[in-house]
Amino acid sequence: MTRSKNWFDAHDWDRVQRDIYTTTARQVEQALGSSRRSLDDLKALLSPAAQAYLEPMAQLSHQLTQKRFGKTIQLYAPLYLSNECQNICTYCAFSLDNKIRRKTLTDSEITQEAQALKQLGYDHVLLVTGEANQTVGVPYLKNAIRLLQPYFAHISMEVQPLDQPDYEELIAEGLHTVLVYQETYHRDTYRNHHPKGKKSNFQYRLDTPDRLGKAGMHKIGLGALLGLEDWRTDSFFTGAHLHYLERTYWQTRYSLSFPRLRPIDLLQNDTITSRSFERCMTDRDLVQLICAYRLVNEEVELSLSTRETPRFRDHVLKLGITSLSAGSKTNPGGYAVEPESLEQFTISDERSPADMVDVIRRQGYEPVWKDWDKLLTSR
Amino acid sequence: MDRQPLTIADKTFTSRLFTGTGKFGSAQLMEDALLASGSELVTVALKRVETQNSQDDMLIHVTHPRLNLLPNTSGVRTAKEAVFAAQMAREALETNWLKLEIHPDPKYLLPDPIETLKAAEELVRLGFVVLPYCHADPVLCKRLEAVGVAAVMPLGAPIGTNKGLRTIDFLEIIIDQSQVPVVVDAGLGAPSHAAAAMELGADAVLVNTAIAVSDEPVRMAMAFKLAVEAGRMAFEARLARPSLTAHASSPLTAFLDE
Ligand code: SF4
Repeated sequence: MTRSKNWFDAHDWDRVQRDIYTTTARQVEQALGSSRRSLDDLKALLSPAAQAYLEPMAQLSHQLTQKRFGKTIQLYAPLYLSNECQNICTYCAFSLDNKIRRKTLTDSEITQEAQALKQLGYDHVLLVTGEANQTVGVPYLKNAIRLLQPYFAHISMEVQPLDQPDYEELIAEGLHTVLVYQETYHRDTYRNHHPKGKKSNFQYRLDTPDRLGKAGMHKIGLGALLGLEDWRTDSFFTGAHLHYLERTYWQTRYSLSFPRLRPIDLLQNDTITSRSFERCMTDRDLVQLICAYRLVNEEVELSLSTRETPRFRDHVLKLGITSLSAGSKTNPGGYAVEPESLEQFTISDERSPADMVDVIRRQGYEPVWKDWDKLLTSR
Repeated sequence: MDRQPLTIADKTFTSRLFTGTGKFGSAQLMEDALLASGSELVTVALKRVETQNSQDDMLIHVTHPRLNLLPNTSGVRTAKEAVFAAQMAREALETNWLKLEIHPDPKYLLPDPIETLKAAEELVRLGFVVLPYCHADPVLCKRLEAVGVAAVMPLGAPIGTNKGLRTIDFLEIIIDQSQVPVVVDAGLGAPSHAAAAMELGADAVLVNTAIAVSDEPVRMAMAFKLAVEAGRMAFEARLARPSLTAHASSPLTAFLDE
């Protein structure tokens, strides 16, 4: 039995959900009042009862974040390398059954995209692909990292889960961070949304952070896709997963993200229906979630993408977030090569990095482009 | 009264307040606060600066005749990585001074004593002026001294916590035994904490978060400056220590006066 299974089996979905929904005001107050908050406190802070305490939660989250991270916000940009994918995921435009034109960037196109991002000021890039092992497997990724190394101080990756030796190989090339979202921690819901392809293996995905930790990855990003299942329960599981990982792979840094489902372009697709968005959360809910995570974990990095609206992003910037993407394109070649190709999802905040820098500065924060140096990792 | 200057390796400092450059809301505010603090030694995280670029925003704002740069190795997890990073820092920032930081634990950022000692030994051999950030461990501090570090930088409390001198019992021993300057680093959240460290006999303190994150970093920098001066002055003037016993009666020795 893997260790991952241990932590996962220690929490029963239905029970966790019941605990969250029956939380009393008194339990929320206890959670707010304690100086070291536990996973039980996380349940309380994620509960409907905690909504009445949103302002004190936000105040506390703001204070704790400033104490740890100062008045700084890090900036990064996603770089989509390919939209090829062998999986069916019911919420994604790259899904195998969505009849879009597929594209994978060539070496010179990767370089062009890198130069375009560099011109915008970026030093931290997040590589994104679908899951197509023939075309964008480990050799492709290795080559991409090698091409991008000269341009960026910090390279992150959000691609299909890999085996431990693959991660070790990519770390040796200069990979610093891997983001892998469980999408949902509810087994049955997971199965419904991932009917075909390697991704349908729930356990393999759940164990990915363990393989990353064993490989010695510097940073691991976790998250649930908010909208697939009850967000409160899924967010608790994300928090419990983080709790376990921090204690097991104590030399690794962690970040959490909050991908809320966004509308996608539906091209001749029967699998993707509006059903996917039934459980979407409100802005108020997302603020609660950000604050709840900060209150139980003062050190974790919290990242917000351009899925959110400008108004929302401007306001939550002070509430606990430590990194933002800006001016993002979610299509391969979106920055320079082929701006018109199909996006993975529609972004909400289309402001340029320069505009975002203005917004950050006006709020009294310093935009940070660089917070890593590849020289720090000797090989 | 002339204040005693502080000498570390080949440099003499009139200010005993060292400062950090992280967490400020803007580079300009950082510069203003550093200058207001009177500090002459500022740490710079290698990971934050573009070492290839002379127009780097952070570097521009710390380039000042009075400010000496102390690059730090924040981000490394092993002695091997630290030595490599130090060599890069020396080349890029043209200084052989180094704040050695090895904290493999990214949550509490606690220094790794074993890797730190290993790296310190190697870096001293390579000609660096090494100031290691370490736990308030008296034995470790002596071991670091033995391999030739220029000062030791024990923590007052976990970094960024603003909790003050939680390690005071060990700091007293370190200060008592040390033959190199002792710089209390990390955890100092208020000017009174800095003053207390100086009264205790620390040679200097290093402050970052408490200044950077305050509502008015410039004023807070000045407050720390004054507190460090006050604390040092009190130490040099021989602070009256609380005595162990009352002096009124001496039951065991009174017979001598009879
Ligand atoms: S979410 Fe990922 S794996 Fe699923 S279809 Fe989209 S790109 Fe493929």
